[in-house]
Amino acid sequence: MRDVLLTTIRGLGFGSVYAMLAVSFVIIYKSSKVISFAQPALMLAGAVLVSYLAGPVGFYLAVPLAALGIAALGLGLERTTIRPMIGRPVFVVAIITLGLDIAIRVVVNVFIGTDVRNVGDPWGLDTVSVAGLPIQERYIAMVVVLVVVVGALFAFFRYSRYGLAMRAASLDQETALVQGVSVGAMTALSWAMAGGLAAVAGAFVGAGGGVDQSTWVIALKALPAIIIGGLDSIEGAVVGGLLVGVVESFFATYQGEYLPWLGQNFSLVSPYVLLLVVLLVKPYGLFGTREVERV
Amino acid sequence: MTTTDDRPTTTSPSRSAAPGAKGRRPWGRPALYTGYGQDMALLNTGAKKAALGVLMVLALLLPFVLEDDLLRLLATGAVLAIGAIGLNLVTGYAGQVSLGHAFFLGIGAYTAAVVSGETGDEDLYGFGITFLPVWLLAGGAMAALVGLVVSPLASRLRGLYLAIVTLGLVFLGEHVFREWDAVTGGVGVGRPAADPVLFGVDLSRSTASFSADQQLYLLMTGLLVLFALLGRNIARSAIGRSFAAVRDRDIAAEVTGVDVRKAKRLAFVISGFYAGCAGALLYSISGYLDPSSFGLLVSVQFVAMVLIGGVATISGSIMGAYFIAILPRLTRELPEYLPFLSSSATEFPNVFQVETLLYGLLIVAFLIFEPRGLFGVWVRARNYWKSWPFSY
Repeated sequence: MRDVLLTTIRGLGFGSVYAMLAVSFVIIYKSSKVISFAQPALMLAGAVLVSYLAGPVGFYLAVPLAALGIAALGLGLERTTIRPMIGRPVFVVAIITLGLDIAIRVVVNVFIGTDVRNVGDPWGLDTVSVAGLPIQERYIAMVVVLVVVVGALFAFFRYSRYGLAMRAASLDQETALVQGVSVGAMTALSWAMAGGLAAVAGAFVGAGGGVDQSTWVIALKALPAIIIGGLDSIEGAVVGGLLVGVVESFFATYQGEYLPWLGQNFSLVSPYVLLLVVLLVKPYGLFGTREVERV
Repeated sequence: MTTTDDRPTTTSPSRSAAPGAKGRRPWGRPALYTGYGQDMALLNTGAKKAALGVLMVLALLLPFVLEDDLLRLLATGAVLAIGAIGLNLVTGYAGQVSLGHAFFLGIGAYTAAVVSGETGDEDLYGFGITFLPVWLLAGGAMAALVGLVVSPLASRLRGLYLAIVTLGLVFLGEHVFREWDAVTGGVGVGRPAADPVLFGVDLSRSTASFSADQQLYLLMTGLLVLFALLGRNIARSAIGRSFAAVRDRDIAAEVTGVDVRKAKRLAFVISGFYAGCAGALLYSISGYLDPSSFGLLVSVQFVAMVLIGGVATISGSIMGAYFIAILPRLTRELPEYLPFLSSSATEFPNVFQVETLLYGLLIVAFLIFEPRGLFGVWVRARNYWKSWPFSY
């Protein structure tokens, strides 16, 4: 029982990070109808930026600063490479982001070097005892940040003018334009938000272990999360992210004991197995909008 | 007022008399096609016939002119081209975005290695059949079979959902390759790849009259010609047209009688076959196979070949593949001209980083500025000279 609880908590902790990344994918998808494969690079860039800033200004200030910096980068990407591609097939845009991802990662890797960079988080691997369970502080921090970030996002989309404009632009671009919404600005804003979110997620990916050149792969685990949740649903992304985290955590704890023939480190690929299983049953994910097409 | 009755009848007046592919072309009118068959012919212009002939002669002469290491590079390029044609058939012609090409490549490579591997080793499976066509077809067939198993996903999913699932396949494949020691030898150990033995001659070893690289170059280039012809014929036949119909509008294709599921299934099977063959051949050049060499970057490289070469063109796939094959070699030369670049992997900035950066930037640049790829560049150059000295 104790093991199960600890495994679940670890899963929820990492799941929160996946959920943040997944939400960043979904925000871009809702505005541009494209999956941005550049998110792993932005996440890595964010984590590295935090690791450089944490020394001079401290972790708590470094994260928002890095988020702003990466948001600017996301804005720049949208302006320079995505905007010219409006009206082209989504596949082409997706592949462009794949190219961007590779290019950005090369540059970021120069700043990482060959070592593991510490992001300077205050938690490390310290634990706090809750009801007799030794729970790592960083997991609590991850969950809290997810709740705060997603809560802020919901409030933003629900109550602010810009949020309303973004929802309108996502629903129907032409009608939104007619109502006076600057669709271009909303798309740019969504890329900036997604960049900032990826940077925050990156900081927490690095919490406890640091970042190295292979950390970007973690961001790809948000892909099963968004597909499971449905590409266009923020709630789905959160649920999918947490689900991926918990499933991965359970495989990490129990697979060696019960399913040893699956090989070492199977937990790292278990999100993709989950993805295949869910998609074979529900092709548009758990919360996704079924694509209805007029002929 | 015209009514519909005034229109000329559109039913074919002389269906039987319509010249097919075998019909004679009128002399002196190279651009006049009198039948669909002529238009769709493999070499539908005289210039293409001549160019192909010249290219073939050049390809045959090259091994006696070029250095061995360049020949090896071109042999690798030929094999990559086979894989790129496979990806172009499924992604370019049939429109099914696949990021899982590395997975199929790996399956082909390991099947071939197992078929050709030495018998009697308890830790490493092997059947000891080194005859090249056998392991080549086995590798292709196994990858095609996996393509068949995967294809139901393609008929259920569309667009980016499919792209992500195929990306997941790469990760699952990498895991299997890492863990299944009896087939792959395990991480860091690896296993010898398939031996290219043809009629008792191991082509990867130098013989009295030819060096190993000359033999491999001739073998791979010959195979590329075969596979390219096959691909071109698939593309211009009813199968290829059904692919294009599915790509352009799957619902419309279904309405006009194309079996969409069958077309998608076929696309994945054919693409798997090409990838499997390419995987089997690719590592028989280097002779060694490591389980970690089938990651996402390989898939991205193939996507880059297709995009840089030209989507939905066979000749474009070949151009793109040679381009990507030669790119590392070109970047290796850079430090001579740009002294701040290092050729050592441990220093920054180094040529390997430039190489990866170029993959990324070239994909972006081609998609934004020349969406039809190198093939588009060629078409523009051709059209310019066709109407020269007039601008159009």
